[in-house]
Amino acid sequence: MKLRKIIEFIIEKLIFLCGVASILFVILIFAFLLKEGISFFKEVSFGKFIGGRYWYPISEPPQFGILPLILGSLLVTLGAIIVSVPLSIAAAFYISEVAPIKMKDILKAGIEMLAAIPSVVLGFIGMVTLVPWIKKAFHLPTGLTAFSGSIMLGLMAMPTIISISEDAINAVPKSYKEGALALGATRWQAMYRVVIHAAMPGIIAATMLGIGRVIGETMAVMMITGNAAVIPHTFLQPVRTLTATIAAEMGETVHGSMHYYSLFAIGIILFVITFIINFTADIFLHRNRK
Amino acid sequence: MKTTTKQKIAFAILFLCTVIVVLPVLFVLAVVIKNGWPAINWEFLTTMPRNNMKAGGIYPAIMGTIYLVSLSTLFSLPIGLFAAIYLNEYAEENMLTRLIRLAIVNLAGVSSVVYGLFGLVMFVTFLKFGVSILSGALTLAIMNLPVIITASVEALASVPYSFREVSRSLGASRWQTIRHSVLPFAIPGILTGAILSLARAAGETAPILFTVAAFYLPNLPHSVFDQAMALPYHLYIISTQIPGIPQQMRYATALVLVGIVFSMNIFAVIIRSKFRKKKKW
Repeated sequence: MKLRKIIEFIIEKLIFLCGVASILFVILIFAFLLKEGISFFKEVSFGKFIGGRYWYPISEPPQFGILPLILGSLLVTLGAIIVSVPLSIAAAFYISEVAPIKMKDILKAGIEMLAAIPSVVLGFIGMVTLVPWIKKAFHLPTGLTAFSGSIMLGLMAMPTIISISEDAINAVPKSYKEGALALGATRWQAMYRVVIHAAMPGIIAATMLGIGRVIGETMAVMMITGNAAVIPHTFLQPVRTLTATIAAEMGETVHGSMHYYSLFAIGIILFVITFIINFTADIFLHRNRK
Repeated sequence: MKTTTKQKIAFAILFLCTVIVVLPVLFVLAVVIKNGWPAINWEFLTTMPRNNMKAGGIYPAIMGTIYLVSLSTLFSLPIGLFAAIYLNEYAEENMLTRLIRLAIVNLAGVSSVVYGLFGLVMFVTFLKFGVSILSGALTLAIMNLPVIITASVEALASVPYSFREVSRSLGASRWQTIRHSVLPFAIPGILTGAILSLARAAGETAPILFTVAAFYLPNLPHSVFDQAMALPYHLYIISTQIPGIPQQMRYATALVLVGIVFSMNIFAVIIRSKFRKKKKW
């Protein structure tokens, strides 16, 4: 009897520890990034890092400006959002409000499958199908462009945006829609005049989480955007993103060099960006629940 | 225009958009199967790469991925499940719980390559595990934690509250209640989440880039402190880093990876739907 109490006591403590482990991991991630990144900011000012126009980490003297990388990430993300948001919201409405049950299950399974395709596979498929096609269609010297990246990343953002928007649409009280229908509105009118407004905070949160997913995406973007660290002017030229820079260069750095530390500094920027995006999205979702 | 006609057009457009979203899945499948299937045979799956990976098989990459995924699940499943039990059964609505939820949301949002950086400093350098299966598996485990926690919380929450009340009213302790009256009914949901997270871990490349992945190894790893090849990393290097690899081998590698990930997903979906049909409350 006593032993059982002791065992239960230990188990419940263990449960609590695992419960707070997530907080610990977030702190650990940030602390370790900071530990390595801080050495970098002792040498290079934050302003020069963010605003510098040239990323030549291994030339003499090295230049650590990540403005082209930030703009590369932003451009690809913007493209991906333009590709994915309208389609995703439409799909979310179709699945939750229009599709018959059987159809709904098939479509949902399809979207789960889309989410399941590993990003390196999407990158590979992009390389062998989309890239040559874009090269030919726009008469470009290379098909490895921000545009190709945007399309592939748009695909990866869709499952996130769809499933969270769908939750938001389902969470709209039935009475809103019924009220509109009772007043003589068609189902479509009820949808775009009433339901979409009530679901808006959730749809905004869904879009933000989609953006977070796209900014953090690494493999596909590294394989199909061309990785040229120059300030981009159009969608049809190669760009290099923050994530791809880390993934491509970390293997070649010397441990403890400025180049090594600079990649951690980029990591900090990425961590902060995704933290802010997720935090804000969570606030929107929370408001929606109330 | 009549409003009903408008509605018909609008619904047709919505349907079209949904098809555009789902079509890429079929496209990807069609491309890898059509081009990769002819190259898949027993030799490709069970022999070492030869001739600078231009010939031979992908056996070590498949095995590496299996090692990585199983070891990472060994870490993430108990922690994730216990965390879910805490959140659903013990936690009160207070600041701490709110913080835990926020932390989970953020863990889910951190970029995969940032996990790679973290794994590099924490496991490879700081804890001195070196570039090894252990470092890679731990990195993947932390990354997968949010998926397992979220799925398990959902599974636990779907067990009716009355189950707990009955058990407690019969004198069972809190843990006994969870152990005998809640967990058994949540297992299918937890299993589904675990398999989905396994599938995700199998396909991830960025977190293992600097923590475990080896370009080429002549032998299989002997312990968790060895480096290993991994399927997604292998696909990455043979399709971008080494020129002159037969195109068919690239497709075949992609097909094996997609095959593993998709079959795990389908398996999870089957468990979920079977369970739904059986549910009696």
